[in-house]
Amino acid sequence: MILRWLRRSSVGAALAAFAAPGAYAEMPPDVLVKTVTLEVVDIVAKDQDIRAGDRRKVIDLVEAKVLPHFNFTSMTALAMGQNWSKASPEQKRRLTEEFKTLLVRTYASALAAYRDQKFDFRPLRMRATDTDVTVQVRVIQSGAQPVSIDYGMEKTAHGWKVYDVTVGGVSLVVNYRTEFNNQVREAGVEGLIRNLQAKNHSLASDYAAAEKK
Amino acid sequence: MSPPCPRSGLRRRLKHLGVGWLMALAAGCATTGEADPRDPFEGLNRAVYAFNDGLDEVIAEPVATAYVKAIPNPVRERVRNFFGNIADLFIGVNNLLQGKLGDAGNDWARFLFNTTFGLFGIHDVATEMGFEKHNEDFGQTFGRWGAGDGPYIVLPFFGPSTLRDSVGTVLDFRADPLTREGHSERDAAILLRLTSQRADLLEAGRLLEEAAFDKYVFQRDAYLQRRRSLIYDGSPPRERIPDARLDAPEVAPRAPAMARGAALRSYAPRVPANYDSVMAALDGGRR
Repeated sequence: MILRWLRRSSVGAALAAFAAPGAYAEMPPDVLVKTVTLEVVDIVAKDQDIRAGDRRKVIDLVEAKVLPHFNFTSMTALAMGQNWSKASPEQKRRLTEEFKTLLVRTYASALAAYRDQKFDFRPLRMRATDTDVTVQVRVIQSGAQPVSIDYGMEKTAHGWKVYDVTVGGVSLVVNYRTEFNNQVREAGVEGLIRNLQAKNHSLASDYAAAEKK
Repeated sequence: MSPPCPRSGLRRRLKHLGVGWLMALAAGCATTGEADPRDPFEGLNRAVYAFNDGLDEVIAEPVATAYVKAIPNPVRERVRNFFGNIADLFIGVNNLLQGKLGDAGNDWARFLFNTTFGLFGIHDVATEMGFEKHNEDFGQTFGRWGAGDGPYIVLPFFGPSTLRDSVGTVLDFRADPLTREGHSERDAAILLRLTSQRADLLEAGRLLEEAAFDKYVFQRDAYLQRRRSLIYDGSPPRERIPDARLDAPEVAPRAPAMARGAALRSYAPRVPANYDSVMAALDGGRR
């Protein structure tokens, strides 16, 4: 009951923030996560096309609402680890672009699976001087342990930005590091970029094929 | 002991498979070259992974997909709740073994409320009452006692594991009320539970397919990260992600278990004083 009430009141808060788009930059990280999450899942829950499996629409939604709050350069650099310094500025730009495309696709797939689960937004204890925090959210589900989603966030000139997402204890950045490292060792930075491009192309054609059905 | 039964069930069959697997391990197929120190048996593990993946593709995934299509969600939720309720008993035992008395009490309160008000567990009323479901098993308990992961091992049928978690899985299996010998009708219950569990992972499987370059590596790293997080109940000490932008030195991805020096490298768990009495109590229900 309380959860439901909280959720409804938060949707109100989300709508208020919606009216003032510039407000995101000033939001504390936990408020930002809560606002954006509720805004996005509210759209997913109501949109008939998305519920019917319209991938393109989910990806558009993620690009419009979620993507601006991520720092993909940080994410890519962290996933590259020591290999980041081996890449030229041009390679860094292309790597970030391809990694972003891949992450948006997988994020959209995860979001498309959303089915009215409730959220528990953990209050964040932080000092005013903090520039690097973890915002914790838990997805409540019946008969199973809640799934934790932790957002690693850093303070930038344009507000707080996400640089890592940890789902159920699994950090995306850490998980991609071994894969990236293996690929760079085998085929160099250029090889990794080629493989990312190939993966994105094949995913895009999978969606196109699925939509034609 | 129960008398020998002609249809001894899944358990015995799995035992035979386990022996076969150990023999394959003894035959030795460890890879050489740029091996991950956490995964010294990568060659063998990849072979078992391919076997599991093939089996999953042919049997488990189609069955789970059909299950999701045929059975409406509220019914599937009841199935999940029912098996989850049985599991809460031993989640409580593991919390007790880890010295978390409050959590153990919470788990048994869940069992009590869900078994009664929740009609034998098909309704998870305890969650609504504020008793949160936990995730514990013997592998986590050993981790809590200071045992390190040991080498990464892909078990046939069971999938990703480590040496520590394999030992834990054997105990989980022994403790599981559904795997007692001599009850062939329990095979059906085990199959239903497996189907329900696989169905819950369909979405994750699809994501893995999309996200990973090398599914084996992605799954291995995710498993090791996940287990570390579970041992610390979701709040492992923060590992500094090496930040190349600051020219920080590369940190080995290995999880530095419980920070207790040499105990980390030992696979023999330290046994708490009440271990014997707890295990005796568990065994008592079996005879």
